[in-house]
Amino acid sequence: MSDLTLTNARLIDPEAGTETLGTLTVKNGLIASVVAGDTRAEGALDCGGKVLAPGIVDIGVKICEPGERHKESFRTAGMAAAAGGVTTMVTRADTLPAIDTPETLEFVTRRASEDSPVRIAPMAALTKQRAGREMVEIGFLQDAGAVAFSDGDTVTTDTKVLSRAFTYTRSMGALVIAHPQEPGLSKGGAVTSGKFASLKGLPAVSPMAERMGLDRDIALVEMTGVKYHADQITTRRALPALERAKRNGFDVTAGTSIHHLTLNLLDVGDYRTFFKVKPPLRSETDRLAVVEAVSAGVIDTISSMHTPQDEESKRLPFEEAASGAVGLETFLPAALRLYHAGLLSLPQLFRAMALNPSRRLGLPGGRLEVGAPADLVLFDPDAPFVLDRFALRSKSKNTPFDGQRMEGKVIGTWVGGKRVFER
Amino acid sequence: MTFRARHLLGIETLHPIEITSVLDLADEYVALNRASVKHSDTLAGLTQINMFFENSTRTQASFELAGKRLGADVMNMQMQASSIKKGETLIDTALTLNAMHPDLLVVRHPHSGAVDLLAQKVNCAVLNAGDGRHEHPTQALLDALTIRRAKGRLHRLNIAICGDIAHSRVARSNILLLGKMENRVRLVGPPTLVPSGAADWGVEVYDDMAEGLADCDVVMMLRLQKERMDGGFIPSEREYYHRFGLDAAKLAHAKEDAIVMHPGPMNRGVEIDGTIADDINRSVIQEQVEMGVAVRMAAMDLLARNLRAAREAGDD
Repeated sequence: MSDLTLTNARLIDPEAGTETLGTLTVKNGLIASVVAGDTRAEGALDCGGKVLAPGIVDIGVKICEPGERHKESFRTAGMAAAAGGVTTMVTRADTLPAIDTPETLEFVTRRASEDSPVRIAPMAALTKQRAGREMVEIGFLQDAGAVAFSDGDTVTTDTKVLSRAFTYTRSMGALVIAHPQEPGLSKGGAVTSGKFASLKGLPAVSPMAERMGLDRDIALVEMTGVKYHADQITTRRALPALERAKRNGFDVTAGTSIHHLTLNLLDVGDYRTFFKVKPPLRSETDRLAVVEAVSAGVIDTISSMHTPQDEESKRLPFEEAASGAVGLETFLPAALRLYHAGLLSLPQLFRAMALNPSRRLGLPGGRLEVGAPADLVLFDPDAPFVLDRFALRSKSKNTPFDGQRMEGKVIGTWVGGKRVFER
Repeated sequence: MTFRARHLLGIETLHPIEITSVLDLADEYVALNRASVKHSDTLAGLTQINMFFENSTRTQASFELAGKRLGADVMNMQMQASSIKKGETLIDTALTLNAMHPDLLVVRHPHSGAVDLLAQKVNCAVLNAGDGRHEHPTQALLDALTIRRAKGRLHRLNIAICGDIAHSRVARSNILLLGKMENRVRLVGPPTLVPSGAADWGVEVYDDMAEGLADCDVVMMLRLQKERMDGGFIPSEREYYHRFGLDAAKLAHAKEDAIVMHPGPMNRGVEIDGTIADDINRSVIQEQVEMGVAVRMAAMDLLARNLRAAREAGDD
């Protein structure tokens, strides 16, 4: 007898690339069986033909503990994640102080297990205080549970420091996640350069800065052999370099953010700071090229890049306002825009939002197969709603989707077979 | 007289008819300013606050004089000196000020979009006196009035805007205004000082003064904003003057009756030759200053009318 049976569900298998109507059973927190066809059992939960997919694994969630708990805590982020179908938050190290010692990492793990209904897989900083001068205790941090090493959106400018950190990390078999951006060229840039930026009189950065950053990092990967993941690729011109690196057999993967897949630079409009993200939103041409790259598998993962900011950090002149947007709860409905537009299928989406991130980090989740953890999301992809930012569970309400029409409501979220969200 | 706007934040949102309304009224104020009694009670009883978050002598003096000639109670606030240093946010400053019930708020701020942000938080009329590199609408209006009076029209003219366009809010407002009035606008400057994407604005872009000035009716020079440069846009001032400074030889490419404009303050010997600037047959730089007061009087008059109408209608 299983602990949980979900029947009459549209099962999304990102690994096989299929969607089939069927039944899934859970035992001891693991998926016990996945059967096609309508096999109604007694005590089963009838999913009514709605979509059942592996829970989202979100690389790069910022939870503002320690340091800025007024912006977000493990509890509020965990609740937002559960409501958004995110079953694993891969947390960023760019807190105050940065997560750069085994002691601070242990704090994160402890706080997470106390307060968060969903799983936390913490990242650690790559350099001490994310200052780009000395590497962290990579071995100790790995033992303490760090799944990857990243200085967040801070670029290590000293290439020698970075090459040593890459070399050392390679020997541990750990994954480095970097923010590809040429720091000199992108300095001070608040929006992507072009007609719009010039008309609005905002300091701008050329999209070429991303390609230059990626080119440098790939050269260092070639030199050191490190396992490398670019956090956000958002421009058309960076894609050939990424494709080439993969073709040459380097251990390189890349992600992008849901905001760059669904919004473009014109959305900033009259200095709307909720649309200020890092890197800045790109042109429509770039957006479509990046969507295409996700579809083709050149870009491997999609993240929410959940970055809570309070009202005070955003209610400032655009140049001075903080970057970032919250994304845990809007991640799935925003991604479904791509599905409804016919650009990506559901298996493709869950490959990029669940399977690939899991694989890259060496986690067991992200798939619908026997023996995998029962981290699941059940949702109605067609249910419409208008987003009200004050209804979000995050402490910070800085979403670019406020007031927008969206489709896709989560009905239930399970972590290890335990229901953590119910609508 | 048609002028619907509640604030004057930029040229971008103005309709050509509204621009013409400001200029027509400004013409009347030019006459008042030239009379021996330069006073009217149009704004009597209203409070005008000039908030300058960035140094300015000329623009602030112009707004102050405009307000005083119309009978408003005018107060100047030097914002760098006070609240910014104490860490107060722009919004808090706006709310504090709003509680003093001003009617007209004139704001200059070093960041693009800051004046828009402030206007959302107060219930008086806001005039943008320059925000970052974004807009400087009264400068474009006074330039338009100067051109209209010198050329007899404000359409179908060839107008070259020359120099540091990238850092210039004056250039942006002028490009928008002159475009709306159906003129042919050219931008002339070294490529490092012409913003990217400028070619998509419906203007022609040149990096050679002789080509750019050919057949022009109006030559508008911009100040080379040394304080805005974070390094290395041009090799040297002397090379800049040689290639882009306006002298008699370069001006000879424009029409014989072309006028020369400059928003001031000028760097003589950097972007403009002193003798050209002082040539009363070509230079209208002094007229620009005169038109500045008149245009600001007109703009404040029109905004005050809308403000009073809104208050009578009980909108506030």
